[in-house]
Amino acid sequence: MGTQIKRPSLLSVLFSVLGAVIVLFLVAPLLKMMLAGSYDDLTAALGSSEVRSSIALTMICALIATAIGMLLGLPLAYLLARRSFFGKRFIEAVVDVPVVIPHPVVGIALLLIFGRQFFGGRFFSKFGVTIVGDIPGIVLAMLFVSVPLLINAARDGFQRVDPRLESVARTLGHGPLRAFAAVSLPLSWRALLSGAIMMWARAISEFGSIVIITYNPKVASILIYDRFTTYGLTYALPVAVVLVLICLFCFALLRGVNVRAERVNVI
Amino acid sequence: MIRLVDVSCRVGAFELRSINLEIEPGEYFAILGPTGAGKTKLLEIIAGLQPPSSGEVWIDDENVTALSPEHRHVGLMYQDYLLFPHLTVRKNILFGLRDKPKPEKRRRVHEVSLLLGIEHLLDRNITGLSGGEQQRIALARALAPQPRVLLLDEPLSALDPQNRRAVRRELTALHTQLGTTTIHVTHDFEEALIVADRLAVMNEGEIVQIGPPEEVVRKPQSAFVANFFGTENLFKGEILRCSHAEYSGADTYNAIFKTGAIELAVIAEREDQAYAAIRPEDIVVSREMNQSSAMNNLSGSIVEMEETGPLVRLTADVGVSLVALLTRQSVMSLKLDIGAQAYFSVKAAAIHIF
Repeated sequence: MGTQIKRPSLLSVLFSVLGAVIVLFLVAPLLKMMLAGSYDDLTAALGSSEVRSSIALTMICALIATAIGMLLGLPLAYLLARRSFFGKRFIEAVVDVPVVIPHPVVGIALLLIFGRQFFGGRFFSKFGVTIVGDIPGIVLAMLFVSVPLLINAARDGFQRVDPRLESVARTLGHGPLRAFAAVSLPLSWRALLSGAIMMWARAISEFGSIVIITYNPKVASILIYDRFTTYGLTYALPVAVVLVLICLFCFALLRGVNVRAERVNVI
Repeated sequence: MIRLVDVSCRVGAFELRSINLEIEPGEYFAILGPTGAGKTKLLEIIAGLQPPSSGEVWIDDENVTALSPEHRHVGLMYQDYLLFPHLTVRKNILFGLRDKPKPEKRRRVHEVSLLLGIEHLLDRNITGLSGGEQQRIALARALAPQPRVLLLDEPLSALDPQNRRAVRRELTALHTQLGTTTIHVTHDFEEALIVADRLAVMNEGEIVQIGPPEEVVRKPQSAFVANFFGTENLFKGEILRCSHAEYSGADTYNAIFKTGAIELAVIAEREDQAYAAIRPEDIVVSREMNQSSAMNNLSGSIVEMEETGPLVRLTADVGVSLVALLTRQSVMSLKLDIGAQAYFSVKAAAIHIF
């Protein structure tokens, strides 16, 4: 570069200005919200047992949904990454469906399976488990809307591991399951972890389908909505701030994992 | 010992067609062919990683066709080594010794790391090791469980030329020491000639020739093999057999090979379309019509001269393009130069017909 000062091109200027507008649009409301709530309101919100139990409920349900997602989703992700089979394209499309349908529709669709008078609902009620209007309903709704994130992240992670590494493991006396556990799993754990965090964060922020299937007990997003509609903005705000802080924390965690994963890949 | 009986395999557009191969116990066998010939696929079939569509795979008098790779006791080393990047060198080597008792594990790691000179690397991570080091570790890992067969997929191609020669020597030494039946896949014919007891040439999913290296080079059975080994004077033509063997001085021939404008006296057991190959060093060049005993004397002008080390590679137009190799000395004493007329003679017995 030296002494010459390069004048920014018209493109850089124009695109930077347009980019700044959208970034501002994303940041400003969240920032304003965080600053609007007073510290006292915030501590009051955290002190309220209703708020605390709601947040705990949200996080635990999201955790259970993520655990189920890993148990059932990782094997599928592995098959999608490694095997070619009839209908693979179709299944990949199915996995992405929850992303495109409106979430209240998800709630209604789940109701049609797990409602008391329908097959799933009757099946689980035999074991004394109520789904609609109870915690299992929250978990199922979260699972439905957020598991695609985990499956896609895990599939990409498995795809990045050279399948011949497993072949070598096989020739060294390891069966397919052992080769998976000793090679592919440890080599893709960052992708799996980041997928799990994404799924968990997405589950925490779910509202649309849960509001249909289980209004009470209230997860955080429903509590915020409930307070907003019955008491107004002032009461909803502190809870909203707490939820946003939790989501941002997850997000920071995720970025940390991803950045390190990239560094490992470079080597 | 490895035996492949009529092995065929179809994967997508690629096809291996009825491969028959028998590799002796303790043999160092090379599979040679251009990229895409199906060499790696063949190794994967032997290792059990790719099921054949038909045919049988035998290892040491055991039909292993239906056996999964973990039960075949076959060592496989890929071209890019594929060490497990999340494990240390030691754990990489231990990977194939999982079911062995502890003292044996320790003994084997010690033995193979000594054998390959990598004891000082045992506690290192894989990242940051040089290509040569990685290759030794990959070899150690493959050899640690004492496989019945060692399969090497392009083991030298990722190395620079200097290392390549050293490692090539080492592979041969290692084989002499251990006596493990080895298959070495390569696209480099010089490499195959140097390392192998016997070799198979593959092209487009088929084995086109099997034999000891010298034999395959000297007597290629197809134009593909001849071209692959860089046979210079390869002619396509027609054989006309004589009614009986003819003699001319010390030379004998029983057939005439016609190609383009020229006819050559040859020894052949067949008729019709054929190829003739003449090794450039078998051609005698002179300035005058020959007094030699050779039957075939062709005259023409020199069109190209190229110095390759101590030898001169000379191309002449004798009706067809003919390449001869001469020492620099004979070029000088014969006063050969581009445009000069010369005679080229070759014995009938030196012309390989196939």
